[in-house]
Amino acid sequence: MLRLPPFTYHTPKNAVDAVRIAKEYGREAMYVAGGTDLYPNMKRRHQTPAQVISLRDVPELHSMEVLEDGRLQIGAMVTLTTLEFYPHLKAHYAGFAHAVREISTPLLRNMGTIGGNLLLDTRCSYYDQSHEWRESIDFCMKSKADAICWVAPGSPRCWAVQSSDSVPIICAMEAEIELAGVDGMRTIKGDDLYQDDGIQYLTKKPEELLTKITLPAPGNWKASYLKLRRRDTYDFPVLGVGACLWFAADGTIEKANVRLGGAGSYAMPATKTEELLVGKKLTDELIAEAGAAAMKPARTMDNTDLDVYWRKKVAPIYVARALKACR
Amino acid sequence: MTEPNKVLATFQVNGEPHEVAFVPHKTLLEVLREEMTLTGTKHGCELGECGTCTVQVDGTPVLSCLVLAVDAVGKNVQTVEGLACGSDLAPLQDCMADLGAAQCGYCTPGILMAADALLKDNVRPTRDEIKEALAGNLCRCTGYLKIFEAIELAAARMRGEDAEPSKESIYGS
Repeated sequence: MLRLPPFTYHTPKNAVDAVRIAKEYGREAMYVAGGTDLYPNMKRRHQTPAQVISLRDVPELHSMEVLEDGRLQIGAMVTLTTLEFYPHLKAHYAGFAHAVREISTPLLRNMGTIGGNLLLDTRCSYYDQSHEWRESIDFCMKSKADAICWVAPGSPRCWAVQSSDSVPIICAMEAEIELAGVDGMRTIKGDDLYQDDGIQYLTKKPEELLTKITLPAPGNWKASYLKLRRRDTYDFPVLGVGACLWFAADGTIEKANVRLGGAGSYAMPATKTEELLVGKKLTDELIAEAGAAAMKPARTMDNTDLDVYWRKKVAPIYVARALKACR
Repeated sequence: MTEPNKVLATFQVNGEPHEVAFVPHKTLLEVLREEMTLTGTKHGCELGECGTCTVQVDGTPVLSCLVLAVDAVGKNVQTVEGLACGSDLAPLQDCMADLGAAQCGYCTPGILMAADALLKDNVRPTRDEIKEALAGNLCRCTGYLKIFEAIELAAARMRGEDAEPSKESIYGS
Protein backbone atom coordinates (compact mmCIF):
# COMPACT_ATOMS: atom_id res chain seq x y z
CA MET A 1 0.00 0.00 0.00
CA LEU A 2 1.24 3.49 -0.83
CA ARG A 3 1.26 5.39 2.42
CA LEU A 4 1.83 9.00 3.31
CA PRO A 5 5.05 9.77 5.17
CA PRO A 6 4.50 10.96 8.76
CA PHE A 7 3.92 14.68 9.28
CA THR A 8 2.46 17.08 11.79
CA TYR A 9 -0.92 18.39 10.68
CA HIS A 10 -1.77 22.02 11.37
CA THR A 11 -5.26 23.47 11.02
CA PRO A 12 -4.94 27.25 11.49
CA LYS A 13 -8.16 29.23 11.78
CA ASN A 14 -7.09 32.25 9.75
CA ALA A 15 -4.68 33.20 6.97
CA VAL A 16 -2.34 35.14 9.28
CA ASP A 17 -1.77 32.07 11.45
CA ALA A 18 -1.31 29.87 8.38
CA VAL A 19 1.41 32.17 7.02
CA ARG A 20 3.04 32.40 10.44
CA ILE A 21 3.30 28.61 10.72
CA ALA A 22 4.64 28.35 7.17
CA LYS A 23 7.27 31.01 7.87
CA GLU A 24 8.25 29.38 11.17
CA TYR A 25 8.95 25.98 9.61
CA GLY A 26 10.35 27.26 6.31
CA ARG A 27 11.22 24.50 3.84
CA GLU A 28 9.76 21.83 6.16
CA ALA A 29 6.23 23.16 5.66
CA MET A 30 3.72 22.95 2.85
CA TYR A 31 0.13 24.12 2.53
CA VAL A 32 -2.58 21.67 1.56
CA ALA A 33 -5.98 22.59 0.14
CA GLY A 34 -7.86 19.67 -1.47
CA GLY A 35 -4.85 17.37 -1.28
CA THR A 36 -5.41 15.86 -4.72
CA ASP A 37 -2.00 17.01 -5.98
CA LEU A 38 0.05 17.11 -2.77
CA TYR A 39 -0.95 13.76 -1.26
CA PRO A 40 -0.19 11.66 -4.37
CA ASN A 41 3.13 13.51 -4.60
CA MET A 42 3.84 12.79 -0.94
CA LYS A 43 2.95 9.12 -1.38
CA ARG A 44 5.52 8.93 -4.18
CA ARG A 45 7.96 10.89 -2.00
CA HIS A 46 8.24 13.80 -4.41
CA GLN A 47 7.58 16.06 -1.47
CA THR A 48 7.90 15.04 2.16
CA PRO A 49 6.98 18.06 4.29
CA ALA A 50 7.27 17.37 8.02
CA GLN A 51 4.65 20.07 8.62
CA VAL A 52 1.45 20.11 6.57
CA ILE A 53 -0.70 23.20 6.97
CA SER A 54 -4.33 22.55 6.08
CA LEU A 55 -6.40 25.49 4.89
CA ARG A 56 -9.72 23.76 5.56
CA ASP A 57 -10.58 25.91 8.61
CA VAL A 58 -9.66 29.31 7.14
CA PRO A 59 -13.13 30.78 6.48
CA GLU A 60 -12.06 33.63 4.20
CA LEU A 61 -10.67 31.13 1.69
CA HIS A 62 -14.05 29.45 1.21
CA SER A 63 -15.98 32.53 0.06
CA MET A 64 -17.14 33.60 -3.38
CA GLU A 65 -18.33 37.12 -4.03
CA VAL A 66 -19.33 39.38 -6.89
CA LEU A 67 -17.65 42.70 -6.07
CA GLU A 68 -19.36 46.08 -6.50
CA ASP A 69 -17.46 46.75 -9.72
CA GLY A 70 -18.66 43.43 -11.18
CA ARG A 71 -15.48 41.43 -10.70
CA LEU A 72 -15.80 37.92 -9.29
CA GLN A 73 -13.63 37.06 -6.32
CA ILE A 74 -13.13 33.38 -5.57
CA GLY A 75 -11.52 32.03 -2.40
CA ALA A 76 -8.69 29.58 -2.90
CA MET A 77 -10.51 26.77 -1.04
CA VAL A 78 -13.62 26.84 -3.24
CA THR A 79 -13.87 23.37 -4.74
CA LEU A 80 -13.83 22.88 -8.47
CA THR A 81 -17.29 21.24 -8.31
CA THR A 82 -18.71 24.29 -6.51
CA LEU A 83 -17.27 26.51 -9.22
CA GLU A 84 -18.46 24.25 -12.01
CA PHE A 85 -22.07 24.53 -10.86
CA TYR A 86 -22.01 28.18 -9.78
CA PRO A 87 -24.68 29.83 -11.98
CA HIS A 88 -22.89 33.21 -12.12
CA LEU A 89 -19.79 31.53 -13.51
CA LYS A 90 -21.71 29.65 -16.17
CA ALA A 91 -23.58 32.80 -17.18
CA HIS A 92 -20.69 35.25 -17.31
CA TYR A 93 -17.48 33.22 -17.49
CA ALA A 94 -18.39 30.34 -19.79
CA GLY A 95 -14.80 29.81 -20.97
CA PHE A 96 -13.44 29.60 -17.44
CA ALA A 97 -16.35 27.38 -16.32
CA HIS A 98 -15.51 25.06 -19.21
CA ALA A 99 -11.84 24.96 -18.18
CA VAL A 100 -12.85 24.01 -14.61
CA ARG A 101 -15.09 21.24 -15.92
CA GLU A 102 -12.21 19.87 -17.98
CA ILE A 103 -10.08 19.29 -14.88
CA SER A 104 -9.59 15.63 -14.05
CA THR A 105 -12.69 13.71 -12.86
CA PRO A 106 -15.89 14.61 -10.97
CA LEU A 107 -14.58 12.81 -7.87
CA LEU A 108 -11.35 14.81 -7.89
CA ARG A 109 -13.24 18.04 -8.61
CA ASN A 110 -15.32 17.33 -5.48
CA MET A 111 -12.08 17.45 -3.50
CA GLY A 112 -9.74 19.70 -5.49
CA THR A 113 -9.84 23.47 -5.11
CA ILE A 114 -9.23 26.38 -7.46
CA GLY A 115 -6.25 27.53 -5.36
CA GLY A 116 -4.69 24.09 -5.56
CA ASN A 117 -5.24 23.89 -9.30
CA LEU A 118 -3.61 27.29 -9.83
CA LEU A 119 -0.54 26.05 -7.95
CA LEU A 120 -0.49 22.53 -9.43
CA ASP A 121 3.00 21.06 -9.55
CA THR A 122 4.58 20.85 -12.99
CA ARG A 123 4.59 17.36 -14.48
CA CYS A 124 6.95 15.20 -16.51
CA SER A 125 7.04 11.54 -17.59
CA TYR A 126 10.39 11.19 -15.82
CA TYR A 127 9.12 12.77 -12.60
CA ASP A 128 5.53 11.60 -12.09
CA GLN A 129 6.53 8.04 -11.36
CA SER A 130 6.91 5.91 -8.25
CA HIS A 131 9.93 6.42 -6.01
CA GLU A 132 11.36 3.06 -7.08
CA TRP A 133 11.01 3.90 -10.78
CA ARG A 134 12.78 7.21 -10.30
CA GLU A 135 15.45 5.64 -8.13
CA SER A 136 16.20 3.18 -10.92
CA ILE A 137 17.24 6.05 -13.20
CA ASP A 138 18.98 7.86 -10.33
CA PHE A 139 16.21 10.47 -10.28
CA CYS A 140 15.99 13.65 -12.31
CA MET A 141 16.93 17.21 -11.42
CA LYS A 142 13.41 18.04 -10.19
CA SER A 143 13.89 15.38 -7.48
CA LYS A 144 17.60 15.65 -6.86
CA ALA A 145 19.76 18.74 -7.35
CA ASP A 146 22.79 17.01 -8.88
CA ALA A 147 20.81 14.76 -11.25
CA ILE A 148 20.33 15.41 -14.96
CA CYS A 149 17.18 16.27 -16.89
CA TRP A 150 16.18 13.06 -18.68
CA VAL A 151 14.15 14.88 -21.31
CA ALA A 152 17.04 17.11 -22.37
CA PRO A 153 20.15 15.54 -20.80
CA GLY A 154 22.43 18.46 -21.75
CA SER A 155 20.04 21.04 -20.33
CA PRO A 156 20.93 23.04 -17.22
CA ARG A 157 17.22 23.47 -16.43
CA CYS A 158 14.13 21.34 -15.75
CA TRP A 159 11.51 21.08 -18.50
CA ALA A 160 8.59 19.75 -16.46
CA VAL A 161 5.32 20.89 -17.96
CA GLN A 162 2.69 23.35 -16.76
CA SER A 163 -0.34 21.05 -16.47
CA SER A 164 -3.14 23.02 -14.83
CA ASP A 165 -6.28 23.65 -16.89
CA SER A 166 -7.18 26.83 -15.08
CA VAL A 167 -3.83 28.60 -15.49
CA PRO A 168 -3.76 29.34 -19.27
CA ILE A 169 -7.23 30.89 -19.24
CA ILE A 170 -6.81 32.93 -16.05
CA CYS A 171 -3.54 34.32 -17.42
CA ALA A 172 -5.25 35.15 -20.73
CA MET A 173 -8.16 36.80 -18.87
CA GLU A 174 -5.71 38.87 -16.80
CA ALA A 175 -7.23 37.63 -13.57
CA GLU A 176 -5.63 38.85 -10.37
CA ILE A 177 -4.13 36.71 -7.64
CA GLU A 178 -4.13 37.76 -3.99
CA LEU A 179 -1.26 36.52 -1.86
CA ALA A 180 -0.93 36.75 1.92
CA GLY A 181 2.62 37.03 3.21
CA VAL A 182 4.38 37.90 6.44
CA ASP A 183 4.25 41.59 5.47
CA GLY A 184 0.58 41.59 4.55
CA MET A 185 -1.34 41.13 1.33
CA ARG A 186 -0.31 41.82 -2.24
CA THR A 187 -2.12 41.43 -5.53
CA ILE A 188 -0.42 40.38 -8.76
CA LYS A 189 -1.49 39.58 -12.30
CA GLY A 190 -1.98 35.88 -13.04
CA ASP A 191 0.92 35.90 -15.52
CA ASP A 192 3.25 37.19 -12.80
CA LEU A 193 2.68 34.20 -10.53
CA TYR A 194 4.47 31.84 -12.91
CA GLN A 195 7.91 31.55 -14.48
CA ASP A 196 9.58 29.40 -17.12
CA ASP A 197 11.23 26.76 -14.95
CA GLY A 198 10.01 23.24 -14.22
CA ILE A 199 11.25 23.32 -10.63
CA GLN A 200 10.79 26.95 -9.55
CA TYR A 201 7.60 27.40 -11.55
CA LEU A 202 6.09 29.87 -9.09
CA THR A 203 7.37 33.37 -8.35
CA LYS A 204 5.76 33.59 -4.92
CA LYS A 205 7.69 33.02 -1.72
CA PRO A 206 7.11 29.54 -0.22
CA GLU A 207 5.28 30.92 2.81
CA GLU A 208 3.06 33.21 0.75
CA LEU A 209 -0.48 31.92 0.73
CA LEU A 210 -2.70 32.20 -2.35
CA THR A 211 -5.92 33.48 -0.81
CA LYS A 212 -8.11 34.64 -3.69
CA ILE A 213 -8.39 34.88 -7.43
CA THR A 214 -10.33 37.77 -8.93
CA LEU A 215 -11.82 37.47 -12.41
CA PRO A 216 -12.41 40.67 -14.41
CA ALA A 217 -15.94 42.05 -14.63
CA PRO A 218 -17.93 40.83 -17.62
CA GLY A 219 -17.53 43.28 -20.47
CA ASN A 220 -16.34 43.62 -24.04
CA TRP A 221 -14.21 40.48 -23.82
CA LYS A 222 -14.67 36.79 -24.34
CA ALA A 223 -12.43 33.97 -23.18
CA SER A 224 -12.15 30.32 -24.14
CA TYR A 225 -10.18 27.21 -23.22
CA LEU A 226 -9.48 24.17 -25.33
CA LYS A 227 -7.82 21.05 -24.01
CA LEU A 228 -6.02 18.23 -25.77
CA ARG A 229 -5.69 14.90 -23.97
CA ARG A 230 -5.98 11.19 -24.70
CA ARG A 231 -9.17 10.48 -22.73
CA ASP A 232 -12.17 12.70 -22.11
CA THR A 233 -11.63 12.43 -18.37
CA TYR A 234 -8.76 12.03 -15.89
CA ASP A 235 -5.93 13.21 -18.11
CA PHE A 236 -3.86 16.32 -17.62
CA PRO A 237 -3.68 18.57 -20.67
CA VAL A 238 -0.92 17.84 -23.15
CA LEU A 239 -1.98 21.09 -24.73
CA GLY A 240 -4.30 23.64 -23.14
CA VAL A 241 -5.07 26.81 -25.07
CA GLY A 242 -6.42 29.76 -23.10
CA ALA A 243 -7.54 32.71 -25.20
CA CYS A 244 -9.12 36.03 -24.34
CA LEU A 245 -10.06 38.71 -26.85
CA TRP A 246 -11.26 42.26 -26.16
CA PHE A 247 -13.54 43.69 -28.85
CA ALA A 248 -14.43 47.25 -29.89
CA ALA A 249 -18.08 48.03 -30.63
CA ASP A 250 -17.57 47.32 -34.34
CA GLY A 251 -16.01 43.90 -33.66
CA THR A 252 -12.38 44.95 -34.08
CA ILE A 253 -10.05 43.14 -31.70
CA GLU A 254 -8.52 45.68 -29.33
CA LYS A 255 -6.42 43.30 -27.31
CA ALA A 256 -5.62 39.60 -27.54
CA ASN A 257 -4.08 37.22 -25.02
CA VAL A 258 -3.33 33.65 -26.02
CA ARG A 259 -1.58 31.27 -23.62
CA LEU A 260 -0.35 27.77 -24.34
CA GLY A 261 -0.50 25.35 -21.42
CA GLY A 262 1.04 21.90 -21.52
CA ALA A 263 3.63 23.14 -23.97
CA GLY A 264 6.28 24.44 -21.59
CA SER A 265 6.94 25.04 -17.92
CA TYR A 266 4.54 27.99 -17.79
CA ALA A 267 1.50 29.13 -19.78
CA MET A 268 3.45 30.62 -22.66
CA PRO A 269 2.15 33.60 -24.58
CA ALA A 270 1.67 32.98 -28.31
CA THR A 271 3.00 36.47 -29.02
CA LYS A 272 2.95 36.34 -32.82
CA THR A 273 -0.65 35.09 -32.74
CA GLU A 274 -1.64 37.95 -30.43
CA GLU A 275 0.05 40.54 -32.67
CA LEU A 276 -1.72 39.23 -35.75
CA LEU A 277 -5.13 39.53 -34.10
CA VAL A 278 -5.00 43.09 -32.78
CA GLY A 279 -6.68 45.76 -34.91
CA LYS A 280 -8.56 43.25 -37.07
CA LYS A 281 -11.90 41.49 -37.12
CA LEU A 282 -12.10 37.82 -36.26
CA THR A 283 -12.64 36.38 -39.72
CA ASP A 284 -12.11 32.72 -40.64
CA GLU A 285 -8.97 33.72 -42.56
CA LEU A 286 -7.53 35.61 -39.59
CA ILE A 287 -8.30 32.70 -37.27
CA ALA A 288 -6.41 30.30 -39.56
CA GLU A 289 -3.45 32.68 -39.91
CA ALA A 290 -3.28 33.45 -36.18
CA GLY A 291 -3.56 29.74 -35.36
CA ALA A 292 -0.70 28.85 -37.72
CA ALA A 293 1.52 31.41 -35.98
CA ALA A 294 1.24 29.38 -32.75
CA MET A 295 3.26 26.48 -34.18
CA LYS A 296 6.61 28.05 -33.25
CA PRO A 297 5.99 28.95 -29.59
CA ALA A 298 4.51 25.50 -28.84
CA ARG A 299 7.75 24.18 -27.38
CA THR A 300 6.63 20.60 -26.93
CA MET A 301 9.12 18.09 -25.57
CA ASP A 302 8.95 14.34 -25.21
CA ASN A 303 7.84 14.35 -21.58
CA THR A 304 4.05 14.07 -21.68
CA ASP A 305 1.51 11.72 -23.19
CA LEU A 306 1.05 11.65 -27.00
CA ASP A 307 3.65 12.08 -29.72
CA VAL A 308 5.82 15.16 -29.39
CA TYR A 309 5.78 16.17 -33.09
CA TRP A 310 2.07 15.56 -33.44
CA ARG A 311 1.39 17.75 -30.40
CA LYS A 312 3.32 20.59 -32.00
CA LYS A 313 1.53 20.07 -35.31
CA VAL A 314 -1.95 20.27 -33.75
CA ALA A 315 -1.17 23.40 -31.73
CA PRO A 316 -2.25 25.72 -34.59
CA ILE A 317 -5.54 23.82 -34.95
CA TYR A 318 -6.26 24.04 -31.24
CA VAL A 319 -5.38 27.73 -31.11
CA ALA A 320 -7.64 28.39 -34.09
CA ARG A 321 -10.52 26.52 -32.43
CA ALA A 322 -9.99 28.43 -29.18
CA LEU A 323 -10.08 31.72 -31.09
CA LYS A 324 -13.23 30.68 -32.91
CA ALA A 325 -14.87 30.00 -29.54
CA CYS A 326 -14.21 33.67 -28.64
CA ARG A 327 -16.63 34.84 -31.31
CA MET B 1 10.54 12.05 11.42
CA THR B 2 9.43 9.73 14.23
CA GLU B 3 5.94 8.31 14.11
CA PRO B 4 3.56 10.89 15.63
CA ASN B 5 1.30 9.98 18.54
CA LYS B 6 -2.07 8.46 17.83
CA VAL B 7 -5.21 10.51 18.20
CA LEU B 8 -8.52 9.16 19.40
CA ALA B 9 -11.63 10.15 17.48
CA THR B 10 -15.15 8.99 16.79
CA PHE B 11 -16.21 8.56 13.18
CA GLN B 12 -19.78 8.30 11.97
CA VAL B 13 -19.66 5.53 9.39
CA ASN B 14 -22.88 4.23 7.84
CA GLY B 15 -24.78 5.88 10.66
CA GLU B 16 -22.85 4.14 13.42
CA PRO B 17 -20.18 5.62 15.70
CA HIS B 18 -16.71 4.08 15.51
CA GLU B 19 -14.15 5.13 18.09
CA VAL B 20 -10.69 4.68 16.65
CA ALA B 21 -7.09 5.51 17.62
CA PHE B 22 -4.94 6.34 14.59
CA VAL B 23 -1.90 8.38 13.60
CA PRO B 24 -2.94 11.69 12.05
CA HIS B 25 -1.24 11.12 8.69
CA LYS B 26 -3.43 8.09 7.92
CA THR B 27 -5.89 8.39 5.09
CA LEU B 28 -9.58 7.65 5.51
CA LEU B 29 -9.03 4.55 3.35
CA GLU B 30 -6.38 3.20 5.72
CA VAL B 31 -8.49 3.87 8.80
CA LEU B 32 -11.63 2.35 7.28
CA ARG B 33 -9.86 -0.81 6.17
CA GLU B 34 -7.23 -1.31 8.85
CA GLU B 35 -8.75 0.16 12.01
CA MET B 36 -12.46 -0.44 11.42
CA THR B 37 -12.02 -3.58 9.24
CA LEU B 38 -14.48 -2.14 6.73
CA THR B 39 -12.68 -3.76 3.82
CA GLY B 40 -15.51 -3.27 1.33
CA THR B 41 -13.78 -0.07 0.27
CA LYS B 42 -10.93 -1.20 -1.96
CA HIS B 43 -7.46 0.21 -2.39
CA GLY B 44 -6.27 0.46 -5.96
CA CYS B 45 -3.86 3.06 -7.29
CA GLU B 46 -3.99 5.10 -4.06
CA LEU B 47 -3.11 8.15 -6.10
CA GLY B 48 -6.58 9.31 -7.16
CA GLU B 49 -6.45 7.68 -10.56
CA CYS B 50 -8.82 4.69 -10.34
CA GLY B 51 -11.81 5.49 -8.12
CA THR B 52 -12.14 2.10 -6.44
CA CYS B 53 -11.76 3.68 -2.98
CA THR B 54 -14.74 6.02 -3.52
CA VAL B 55 -16.82 6.67 -0.41
CA GLN B 56 -19.31 9.42 0.39
CA VAL B 57 -18.46 12.12 2.90
CA ASP B 58 -21.55 14.12 3.83
CA GLY B 59 -23.17 12.71 0.70
CA THR B 60 -20.41 13.76 -1.70
CA PRO B 61 -18.44 11.02 -3.42
CA VAL B 62 -14.72 11.44 -2.76
CA LEU B 63 -11.60 9.32 -2.97
CA SER B 64 -10.82 7.94 0.48
CA CYS B 65 -7.17 7.38 -0.51
CA LEU B 66 -6.68 11.16 -0.69
CA VAL B 67 -8.75 12.26 2.31
CA LEU B 68 -7.01 12.41 5.65
CA ALA B 69 -8.99 10.51 8.28
CA VAL B 70 -8.75 13.51 10.63
CA ASP B 71 -10.62 15.58 8.04
CA ALA B 72 -13.53 13.11 8.08
CA VAL B 73 -14.08 13.27 11.85
CA GLY B 74 -17.48 14.81 12.58
CA LYS B 75 -18.74 14.09 9.09
CA ASN B 76 -21.11 11.44 7.87
CA VAL B 77 -19.10 8.77 6.04
CA GLN B 78 -20.93 6.25 3.86
CA THR B 79 -19.19 3.15 2.55
CA VAL B 80 -20.39 0.27 0.42
CA GLU B 81 -21.16 -1.70 3.58
CA GLY B 82 -23.93 0.79 4.34
CA LEU B 83 -25.87 0.24 1.10
CA ALA B 84 -27.57 -3.04 1.93
CA CYS B 85 -30.20 -3.20 4.63
CA GLY B 86 -29.40 -6.37 6.57
CA SER B 87 -29.45 -9.15 4.01
CA ASP B 88 -31.51 -7.07 1.55
CA LEU B 89 -29.35 -5.62 -1.18
CA ALA B 90 -30.03 -2.08 -2.34
CA PRO B 91 -31.72 -1.86 -5.79
CA LEU B 92 -28.43 -0.63 -7.24
CA GLN B 93 -26.61 -3.72 -5.95
CA ASP B 94 -29.38 -6.04 -7.13
CA CYS B 95 -29.32 -4.58 -10.61
CA MET B 96 -25.52 -4.70 -10.82
CA ALA B 97 -25.65 -8.39 -9.88
CA ASP B 98 -28.57 -9.23 -12.20
CA LEU B 99 -27.03 -7.59 -15.23
CA GLY B 100 -23.50 -8.89 -14.77
CA ALA B 101 -22.23 -5.38 -14.17
CA ALA B 102 -19.57 -6.72 -11.81
CA GLN B 103 -17.04 -9.11 -13.27
CA CYS B 104 -13.86 -9.19 -11.24
CA GLY B 105 -15.71 -6.85 -8.87
CA TYR B 106 -12.75 -4.79 -7.74
CA CYS B 107 -14.11 -1.48 -9.03
CA THR B 108 -17.67 -2.30 -7.90
CA PRO B 109 -17.68 -0.72 -4.40
CA GLY B 110 -16.40 2.57 -5.81
CA ILE B 111 -18.83 2.50 -8.70
CA LEU B 112 -21.72 1.74 -6.34
CA MET B 113 -20.85 4.70 -4.13
CA ALA B 114 -20.48 7.11 -7.06
CA ALA B 115 -23.72 5.84 -8.64
CA ASP B 116 -25.57 5.96 -5.31
CA ALA B 117 -24.60 9.62 -4.90
CA LEU B 118 -25.83 10.34 -8.42
CA LEU B 119 -29.21 8.67 -7.83
CA LYS B 120 -29.74 10.58 -4.59
CA ASP B 121 -29.42 13.84 -6.56
CA ASN B 122 -31.01 12.78 -9.80
CA VAL B 123 -33.77 10.17 -9.91
CA ARG B 124 -33.88 10.09 -13.70
CA PRO B 125 -30.31 10.44 -14.95
CA THR B 126 -29.60 10.33 -18.67
CA ARG B 127 -26.95 7.99 -20.03
CA ASP B 128 -24.60 10.98 -20.40
CA GLU B 129 -25.18 12.04 -16.79
CA ILE B 130 -24.37 8.51 -15.64
CA LYS B 131 -21.20 8.49 -17.73
CA GLU B 132 -20.21 11.85 -16.25
CA ALA B 133 -20.85 10.69 -12.66
CA LEU B 134 -18.69 7.60 -13.23
CA ALA B 135 -15.96 9.42 -15.15
CA GLY B 136 -13.63 8.96 -12.19
CA ASN B 137 -14.13 5.20 -11.77
CA LEU B 138 -12.12 2.82 -13.91
CA CYS B 139 -13.42 -0.65 -14.78
CA ARG B 140 -11.17 -2.92 -16.80
CA CYS B 141 -13.63 -5.82 -17.21
CA THR B 142 -17.09 -4.79 -18.24
CA GLY B 143 -16.59 -2.12 -20.86
CA TYR B 144 -19.00 -0.04 -18.71
CA LEU B 145 -22.12 -0.83 -20.74
CA LYS B 146 -23.56 -3.30 -18.21
CA ILE B 147 -22.82 -0.82 -15.44
CA PHE B 148 -24.71 1.97 -17.20
CA GLU B 149 -27.65 -0.35 -17.89
CA ALA B 150 -27.71 -1.51 -14.26
CA ILE B 151 -27.80 2.06 -12.99
CA GLU B 152 -30.62 2.92 -15.38
CA LEU B 153 -32.57 -0.14 -14.26
CA ALA B 154 -31.98 0.66 -10.58
CA ALA B 155 -33.08 4.27 -11.13
CA ALA B 156 -36.31 3.06 -12.72
CA ARG B 157 -37.00 0.61 -9.88
CA MET B 158 -36.21 3.26 -7.28
CA ARG B 159 -38.78 5.51 -8.97
CA GLY B 160 -41.30 2.75 -8.33
CA GLU B 161 -41.49 1.55 -11.91
CA ASP B 162 -41.95 -2.14 -12.59
CA ALA B 163 -38.83 -2.23 -14.74
CA GLU B 164 -37.17 -5.36 -16.08
CA PRO B 165 -33.82 -5.58 -17.85
CA SER B 166 -34.08 -5.49 -21.62
CA LYS B 167 -33.58 -8.77 -23.50
CA GLU B 168 -30.45 -7.25 -25.07
CA SER B 169 -29.01 -6.56 -21.60
CA ILE B 170 -29.36 -10.21 -20.62
CA TYR B 171 -28.80 -12.11 -23.86
CA GLY B 172 -27.00 -9.59 -26.03
CA SER B 173 -28.35 -8.18 -29.27
